[in-house]
Amino acid sequence: MVGDAHRAPETAAGRLGRRLLTGWAVLGFVYLFIPIAVIVGYSFNDPAGKFNIIWRRFTFDNWAHAFERGPLTEAMVRSLQIAGIAAIAATVLGGLVALALARYRFRGGALIEILLVLPLTTPEIVLGASLLSLFIDLDQQRGFWTIVIAHVLFCTSFVALTIKARIRGFDWTLEDAAMDLGAPPWRTFSRVTLPLIMPGILAAALLSFALSIDDFIITFFNAGTTETFPLRIFGASRNEISPQINVLATVVLLASVALLLAGVAARARVEGRPVVVLTDTDG
Amino acid sequence: MAAADQGDRSRRRGGLVPYALLTPGVLWLALFFLVPMFTLFRTALSVKESRFDLEPTFSWRWANFTESISTYSSQFTRSFLYAGAATVLCIAIGYPIAYVIAVRGGRWRNVLLGLVVIPFFTSYLIRTLAWQTVLNDDGPVLSLLDAVNLLGPLDQIGLVQNGRLLATNVAVIGGLTYNFLPFMILPIYVSLEKIDLRLLDAARDLYANGWQGFRRVTLPLTLPGVFAGTLLTFIPAAGDFVNAKFLGGPNQTMIGTGVQDRFLVQLDYPTAAALSFVLMAIITAGVLLYARLLGTEDLI
Repeated sequence: MVGDAHRAPETAAGRLGRRLLTGWAVLGFVYLFIPIAVIVGYSFNDPAGKFNIIWRRFTFDNWAHAFERGPLTEAMVRSLQIAGIAAIAATVLGGLVALALARYRFRGGALIEILLVLPLTTPEIVLGASLLSLFIDLDQQRGFWTIVIAHVLFCTSFVALTIKARIRGFDWTLEDAAMDLGAPPWRTFSRVTLPLIMPGILAAALLSFALSIDDFIITFFNAGTTETFPLRIFGASRNEISPQINVLATVVLLASVALLLAGVAARARVEGRPVVVLTDTDG
Repeated sequence: MAAADQGDRSRRRGGLVPYALLTPGVLWLALFFLVPMFTLFRTALSVKESRFDLEPTFSWRWANFTESISTYSSQFTRSFLYAGAATVLCIAIGYPIAYVIAVRGGRWRNVLLGLVVIPFFTSYLIRTLAWQTVLNDDGPVLSLLDAVNLLGPLDQIGLVQNGRLLATNVAVIGGLTYNFLPFMILPIYVSLEKIDLRLLDAARDLYANGWQGFRRVTLPLTLPGVFAGTLLTFIPAAGDFVNAKFLGGPNQTMIGTGVQDRFLVQLDYPTAAALSFVLMAIITAGVLLYARLLGTEDLI
């Protein structure tokens, strides 16, 4: 920092304030991790009854039978399928919208942005209820595909806004440069535009996947008798809270952390490279 | 929704191309957001004689709104009080965390941000169930408070009720605060990161102490982040029913509990639709008012 020489000396009160602030933030982090410690810790619990709520004794049994076939594992697989389909569909739909908004000047852009923001400022329960009222109106049975429709809806908004924020200010004259050098439009898109907006697309797809797999409220309204992972936990929580829930939650947690680290590593690699890839001629 | 893209001159006119790119996504939003809002409104004005009627009949019945508001007035009040309390707590806990990461984080910034996000990689329901484990009648928190003889005093100030933490307002507000905390931390962090540190140096050169520098420079510049965080916290918290269900009792039900019960259990679609509509109307009015008060134009 510049100008340190002029600065007023730190007072005792100022120092105390800084310490208190740091202490408060540390407490905040502890608060953030309390439930995580419980989730991971209780995956090793051997509960007395059907409710894994009170600590009894340590066991590895839950982990040994982690992926035993059963409604919970089936619900997990179904959630993964829905999240996969929803993430791909929403990334395509939202990505195209973002590209149109960021790359072109046209009438009605502001209106489209309002349309994109609205689903995100509407409480989930209202989104869920409104879709259900549509499906009831159409006599449409609720199930796998109505869940997908709902997830694609809110993910599309997220994707479009995330990608648009990432590629705002992107210098579109790079495309002209590629075309001046004789690249046909499709090649320009695949060699110049796509690589530059790819990190944004990947981030948006991951975000969609995460939002979809964890969604409860909207899904709850539009699932009929189909059970996703969160719905299964909710439905079963009246009769049992099994330690298998903790095991699967811990697995998901570890997998996401691994994915996050891989993402950070990949980005560090990309950022180390020169930005323009025109000279790159493989393929 | 910004005027931010005035700058990039390189955007081009593409004739019909942008409309072609927009069509699939916009069609999806129209079909599954705008149309459902319309059917929800229609349903709110309909009549359904009994739960055995399959579909409600449309009949301009505005009384659905007044009746559902008066039946669920306590749930409405509770929802907004809980969501408001949770939002204030999120600012009180989240702002310092964001500040410490942004200002003191140094090269650990990204790791610390990762630590903020990681807890939210577990399922929402499972996190809330974990709080149930922590707060339950035989759980660690109550045993600890009992061991240090704090139960009595805490009972008197209302933080604990009849020796219980579950089924209290405190537990539900605590759960809501926890579950929406990252949505407060991240936007505040983003707005802190954008601050030009030389502004703070300038404040110091003008003999502002740390607190004055914060109050006159940092805080005003981070208000947009606080605004975004408030929306991202308050809106989902007001519509939530999971925390009320797992951490609250019959006296902690929220408006979401009512919508869900009417829609899915009692199959009373008109009342449920009217409740949802009122919730959305109040929130939209609140957002607009808040935007005007704070004078912020960026909603996202």
